[in-house]
Amino acid sequence: MTAVVAPAPPKCRSGTASLPGRRFVLPTAFIAFLISLQELLTRTEVLPSNYFPPASEIFTAFIGELGGSALPDALFGTLSTWLQALVISVVLGTVIGVLLGLVVPLEAFLRPVIEFLRPVPSVALIPLVVLTIGTGSDSALFLAVFAAFWQVLIPAIVGVRSAHPVALETARSYNFTLWQRIRYIQLASMMPYLVTSIRLATSTTLILIVTAEIIIQMPGLGYEITMSRSAGNPARMYAYIALSGIAGIVLNGLVRWAESRVASTHGKGGKQ
Amino acid sequence: MSSASITRTTVSSLNAAAHTGRGRLVLGLLGAVTALLAWFLLSRGSDNPYFPPLEAIVERAWEYWTTPEGVDNILASLRTLSGGLFFAIVLGVAIGLVIGQLAVVEQTVTPSLEFARAIPATALIPFALMLFGVSDEMKIFLIALGCIWPILLSTADGARGIDTTMRDSARAFQVEGIQFQRYVMLPAVLPRILVGIRIAIPLSLILMVTSEMVGVQQGLGFVITQAQATFQILTMWSGILILGILGFLLTFAYSLIERRLLRWADPRRDRES
Repeated sequence: MTAVVAPAPPKCRSGTASLPGRRFVLPTAFIAFLISLQELLTRTEVLPSNYFPPASEIFTAFIGELGGSALPDALFGTLSTWLQALVISVVLGTVIGVLLGLVVPLEAFLRPVIEFLRPVPSVALIPLVVLTIGTGSDSALFLAVFAAFWQVLIPAIVGVRSAHPVALETARSYNFTLWQRIRYIQLASMMPYLVTSIRLATSTTLILIVTAEIIIQMPGLGYEITMSRSAGNPARMYAYIALSGIAGIVLNGLVRWAESRVASTHGKGGKQ
Repeated sequence: MSSASITRTTVSSLNAAAHTGRGRLVLGLLGAVTALLAWFLLSRGSDNPYFPPLEAIVERAWEYWTTPEGVDNILASLRTLSGGLFFAIVLGVAIGLVIGQLAVVEQTVTPSLEFARAIPATALIPFALMLFGVSDEMKIFLIALGCIWPILLSTADGARGIDTTMRDSARAFQVEGIQFQRYVMLPAVLPRILVGIRIAIPLSLILMVTSEMVGVQQGLGFVITQAQATFQILTMWSGILILGILGFLLTFAYSLIERRLLRWADPRRDRES
């Protein structure tokens, strides 16, 4: 995005929609290729199969887990913390981002504090969080929000300011109120930034929650991964790693769907 | 009320100040000093073992992190960090450019990529350990794996959403192939690449610390967990402080590079920060 061009509204992918067959067949073929490659490499011991069980064994372990009692609990534990963390960090980051984007002196005042806190790796706070908050899901929630908040905040500030000068001047000459200006110009100009940052926050929060589950050993997918590893059951470990990936895709899909809904009702030119 | 009008004039002069480089610097320094002072005063004489006074933390940081052992640990962390980021940037930009421009490739690999991206990088620690053992390569692999996604996604988004006028004029002038990538695509996508890297940097620190918390006997993350296990809360806090400073310096250095590159990509951007 260059300075001379107003930020593009979120786009419908018009190019891909016209090819429904290819859209489905190509990715499926690619996935099938990857899986058979893994199977081949492990069956022929190019990758040692006691560390890397073949895809079929992982799949069997996965099916076995589907009937078990550990899976629903772990999945629910991780997902509920994840959703809370995502909502809190996105709402908090956007609101504060809009505020700091508009009130430039406040942003200049807080900048060093933000720049100092933002890169503090939240996992470095794990020891502290364990000692002060405890080993419950609140710890994971705090760590995840701490990590994702900045990812939403910074693009939000940039996005609010990326409003095209001509648009802002037009708004001024039409005597827009502050709210109208935020609603129709700045919020629209920050949409592409917000969309990207929500997608990033989705994965960041998951990373932090799973990390917390691995290191603090609180119930969830991460805990099952480490448990399977220490129990010497790599197939089950990969099954849970895959499950965390599947969970991620499902939530990503939901986030995308929500985005497209918002884009078509709020964004300019959402329907193309 | 007179106080209201005073506030109004203060606000407008602050606003003017915040748009100049010097004004921002002064305001920023003021903010930093206020925050430090608040931390210092609030923690002063604190007898809560988990929140020691700032003075004591700084003292311990100075004691430990200037010894050869402390410096070695910092250097070990920096080495893996730069290695991981290097691979993440090079591969992320390259793959992002391909995916953003070739709809076929995008369609083919998107589900697989989404799946790989959705797996939290830290969940792959056991996998990385099996692949590389306890080594620097393991840490670099993990950092690169985690940091590639924001860069790749952002690059692909930028390449996909490239201004059509720009693309069409390039085509009309028969600027194609490598030339097109180098002189049209790269400058146009650069702001998005830079945003991606900016997001990747904190993530790389997270992954660096996590990978050092499991297995590796060196680095900042190792020192922090070790300190927590032996209940040396001061050393733990000093490690967190050093990590904060490290992160700050990294992002600061990066913002300087970013500004230069943005100016190169679009000279008209000069006035913007």
